[in-house]
Formats: sequence, C-alpha cells, structure tokens
Amino acid sequence: MSKIIDVRHLNFSFGSGEMERPVLKDVSLSIEKSEIVLMTGPSGSGKTTFLTIVGGLRQASYGSVTVLDRQLIGSTEQVKIQVRQQTGYIFQQHNLLKALTALQNVSMALEMHDTMTERQRLDKAAEMLIAVGLGDHMNHKPEQLSGGQRQRVSIARALVGHPKIILADEPTASLDKQSGQEAVGILKKLAKESGAAILLVTHDYRIVDIADRVLELEDGVIRNA
Amino acid sequence: MNFISWCYFPARLAWRQLIFDRTKLTAAISGVMFACVLVFMQLGFKDSLYDSAISAPVKLNGDLFLMHKQAEAMWRPAKFQRRELMRVLGHPAVMEVTPLYLALASFKNIETDVKRTLMVYGFDPDSHIFNVPEINNHRNELRLKDTILFDEYSRPEFGPIRQLVAAGRNITEINDYKISVAGVFQLGVSFAADGNVVTSDLNFMRIFPNRNHNMTDMGIVKLHPGSSIPQVQAELRLQLNPFIDIFTYEELLRREKDYWANMAPIGFIFGFGTIMGLVVGLVIVYQILFTDIANLRYEFATLKAMGYEHDYFIRVVFASAFFLAVLGFIPGLMLSVALYHLAESQIYMPMPMSPNKVITVFMFILSMCTMAGFLAIHKLKAANPADMF
Ligand SMILES: Nc1ncnc2c1ncn2[C@@H]1O[C@H](COP(=O)(O)OP(=O)(O)OP(=O)(O)O)[C@@H](O)[C@H]1O
Ligand SMILES: [Mg+2]
Repeated sequence: MSKIIDVRHLNFSFGSGEMERPVLKDVSLSIEKSEIVLMTGPSGSGKTTFLTIVGGLRQASYGSVTVLDRQLIGSTEQVKIQVRQQTGYIFQQHNLLKALTALQNVSMALEMHDTMTERQRLDKAAEMLIAVGLGDHMNHKPEQLSGGQRQRVSIARALVGHPKIILADEPTASLDKQSGQEAVGILKKLAKESGAAILLVTHDYRIVDIADRVLELEDGVIRNA
Repeated sequence: MNFISWCYFPARLAWRQLIFDRTKLTAAISGVMFACVLVFMQLGFKDSLYDSAISAPVKLNGDLFLMHKQAEAMWRPAKFQRRELMRVLGHPAVMEVTPLYLALASFKNIETDVKRTLMVYGFDPDSHIFNVPEINNHRNELRLKDTILFDEYSRPEFGPIRQLVAAGRNITEINDYKISVAGVFQLGVSFAADGNVVTSDLNFMRIFPNRNHNMTDMGIVKLHPGSSIPQVQAELRLQLNPFIDIFTYEELLRREKDYWANMAPIGFIFGFGTIMGLVVGLVIVYQILFTDIANLRYEFATLKAMGYEHDYFIRVVFASAFFLAVLGFIPGLMLSVALYHLAESQIYMPMPMSPNKVITVFMFILSMCTMAGFLAIHKLKAANPADMF
C-alpha cells in the first residue's frame, strides 16, 4: 500500500436542492508514503473542506476516498474514528486544551489506547516536546506560551502517536516568517523520519520549498501547479 | 481498553478542566452545597418532627391501646365512655386496663407569669403506664392533692423548673388552677406540645373541672404474660363498639407518625422543600455543566478529530457531575452538622445526623448531579470536528 490517500472523482456540495453549492468538483488526487503535498488556492476554493473529508471529519457521498485502505464514502463512524486515530492534525487555532500543560496536551494523543503505561506516555510526549524545542516549557499551560510555541506543541501532539498521515491547515498563518519556517522545518524533519504522508494547506508561499509536490485548488477543481 | 482507564482518563480530564477555573468551580460547589444544606435541613426537621411526635407514646407501657375512631392523634383525642374499657376486662387474657386522660392546658411560668400551652397526662398513680423512671419514683407525691410532675425536656419558656423546685418555688397555675410541682421527669417536646405535665387522674379532674372519670381519652391494656397480642386484639375488636380503635404498640407509634406525615400538611411541606432544594441545585449544576461544554466545544471537537469517541465526552461530563456532587456534599455536610447543633439548641428538638441520613442526602445530591449531566450532554453535539479546521 504505497498510496496512503487515494481520492477519485470526489464531488461535494454544501446545502441541498436550490441552495446546493458545489464546492469540490471531480477531484482526484493520491498521496504516497513519505510524500509532502502542499495545497494552495484562493480563499473559498474548498481546501479546508477537502482536508476534513480526507481526515474523516466530514461525510462525503459522491466519488471514492480511500485512506489507509479504508473507503470513507458512506463509511460508519467507527471507520472514520479509526482513520482519525492514525491521522495527526495541526489546526490553525483552537487547538490546545487550555486547562492542560504542554506535556499533558501532547500525551492526550496517546491516551486513546492503553497499550502504554502513564510513564511511557509522558516520556514519549516529553521526547517529542524536546524535539520541537520546547524542553523547558513542558509544564506551561497554553496561555503561558507564545503563538509559535503553541503551534509547535500542536505539531508535537500531531506527531507523537507516529501517525501515517499528517493533515495541516494553514499551520503558519498566525506565525511570523521565522517561527513559521521553523515549525514547518520541524514538521518535515520528524515526518520524514517516521515516513508519514503530509497534506499541507497554505497560502504561505514562503514554505513552498519543503514540498515534494504543489497543487492548486481553484473553485473546487485541482490544477497541478 | 480496560475498565479502569475507561473511566480514569475521562475523569482525569474532567478533574483538570474543573480545577483550571477556580471561580467557576467555587460557584458550582456553592450551588451543590446550597442544595445539600437545604435538603439536610428539610429532612432533619421532618425526622425530628416525626421522632418528637412519638416521644410520649414511645414511653407508654402497654400491650394494646384503645382510642376513639375520631381521635386524630394523642394530642387531638376524642373522649369515649369509660365503660368501653370494662368490656375489655371481660377477656381472660387481659390483666389490667388503665384509662389515660389527655388535654392541652396553659401553664404559668413561675418566674414571669407568662402562660404557655402544654400537654397534661392524667392517670391512676398506682398503675405503671409510663416507662419513665422519674414518674414511677414520684408515685407517692402524685397521690397528693394538686401536685404534678413537670417534663424538664419542655421548652425553656416554661422556666427553669428543676432549679425552682429545688429552691422551693414550686407553686404555679395550670388553667388558672393552683398546683405544686413535686418534681421533674424526662420525656421530650413535640410540634403539638411545647411541654408535658403528668398528674393523677384525680388532680386531672380538678385542673379540668368540666372533665369527669366517665369519659376517657385512651385505654391502656396490659395482657397476662405469654398472651398472643394480635390474637387478643382480633378477639377484643369483635367485642368493642365499632367507634373504638384498638392498636398494638407498633400500630400506635406508626399512627402517631402518620398523623404528621399524611393528615397534617407538614409532611408535604417538608417533601416540597426537599424537592425545591434539589431542583435549585439541579438548575445550578446543569447551568455550570452546560456552559462548560459550550466553552469547551472546540477542545472537545479537537479531541474528536484526534479519534476520541463521542462516549468519552459523555463520561467526561458525568465525571464532572460526580466531582461536583462530592465536592459540594462535603462542605454541605459540615455546614449541616453545625446547623443541626444550632437548631437543637434553639428549638429543643433532637436533630441527630444519622449515617442513614448522610447516605440518603448523598444519594439525592448524586442523582441531582447525574440528572444535570443527562440534561447537559445534548450540548455535546455542538462539538463537531468538521467545523474545526
Ligand atoms: N459548513 C458550511 N456550510 C456551508 N457552506 C460552507 C461551509 N463551510 C464552508 N462552506 C463554503 O464552502 C466553500 C469552501 O470553503 P472552504 O472552507 O473549504 O474554503 P478554503 O479553500 O478553505 O478557504 P480559505 O482559504 O479561506 O480557508 C466556501 O465558499 C464556503 O463558504
Ligand atoms: Mg480554509
């Protein structure tokens, strides 16, 4: 299974009847192991919608979306949960739990299955925080961290469970040039080490150089840039 | 996933979220504590009322008790002809029947002359119808003309009778009739009477000149040892006029309690108060849980996007509800113990904090919080991971 994500003829619309607004039109796209694909495109072109469908967060009904050999079109909640558990998400905002420290936030990604002891979970989470350069901030709450540091915590959280897929939606939008490039650099380095496929949505052309492939989505249609 | 982590992880998250916002936590705990204290006080007063309602009958020494069917309770008796008691004496198992005369009367405080109502029990001092040592020890004094014994558990408004009697100031009036207090005994007040006095049947007729020996309020029957009480009760019932009730000791106590529980609106009032306390607590806890979920919906949606199942968040909500129940109950219990002591010293009625009551109220509070959890979980639908990116 070298194709981790395989999307064929995906059509998706918001609303129904007269209100129906097609957002994705006959989108086909596949991503392989260790590949970093960057998706750009004008605002409202459907990038986020595409990401939520591939990540098993939104239900689509037309076409074929195979993720980790599981068909997501017409799938049950259980199948979507399995896909979500093997996917690392990096959100643009609202991402960390306010009441938890950086360390606790990262180890939340390891709590769904208890194949590990608490000690192992915390060790792995700490390791990952050190890898993103936050070794001295492990016991800080999100409100005590800067925007860039928070984004690095969410990168650590997305990567700690060794996901097969990483989906990131504008991970650098709230960061300055330097911390944005730092964050993406860390993402690339760690993902390459674990062989995960990365689909990264961004308007930020400063980070284009990390990608193996750049796609442009325009008005719901894929264009290879 | 084993059971421990099945509830431990969501409970730990709930706990961390709860202690994160101390102001909100304090508000929630105060709400639960308020409900808790309200329920404890209602139940405390109610139990105290029921217990005090039988403080006199529980000390009666008899096997069967005759009362008029129209008598609502001992403190609201209905008179019947004494010869009804004679019918009972015909039964071979009956050893002795004693008439007990009951009436409310006003007792004048020896020091202040203020009059206050209490209960007067009149009976033949030779019969041993009260299991109260001080009454039986004072039999000789009771035989004297115009003497009474005073219940020192009566409310303090009647005056410090024990000290006054010891100092020789033992003359006062009941229903404007001069009597002397020969001593004190211990019985206990009820909601119906603030105090108690016992006297001989002869003195009773002097205090209540419109009463006479032919009309009694109660008959206390003692059987020969070894008789079957229910059997004799059944046989006597056939011989008695239909307007006379015959009770066993347990039936009498139950009837005295039920008077307050059912006939009087008081049982209803306390039940209503308890429910209101729980409803107020429910609304407060629901509000807290609901706004919590609303505020945390992005965090919950994030966790859902990471692969957490919907049921996990239901467990988080119920764990929060459980913690609020426990955290509110503990200070609520401590405050209630203090208030029980205060009430005991103010209204002179026993208000014990029994383990039973503690468990009952905790169950009430726990159900209240669980109910609030059930009402709040529908808000979890707002945590939709599709709206996360
Ligand atoms: N929940 C929704 N209900 C209805 N329409 C929606 C919903 N979410 C998005 N849309 C519409 O779908 C279209 C695509 O939205 P989407 O968020 O995928 O765009 P995007 O490419 O991510 O844009 P941006 O770069 O601004 O984030 C937009 O026209 C948007 O208005
Ligand atoms: Mg978007």
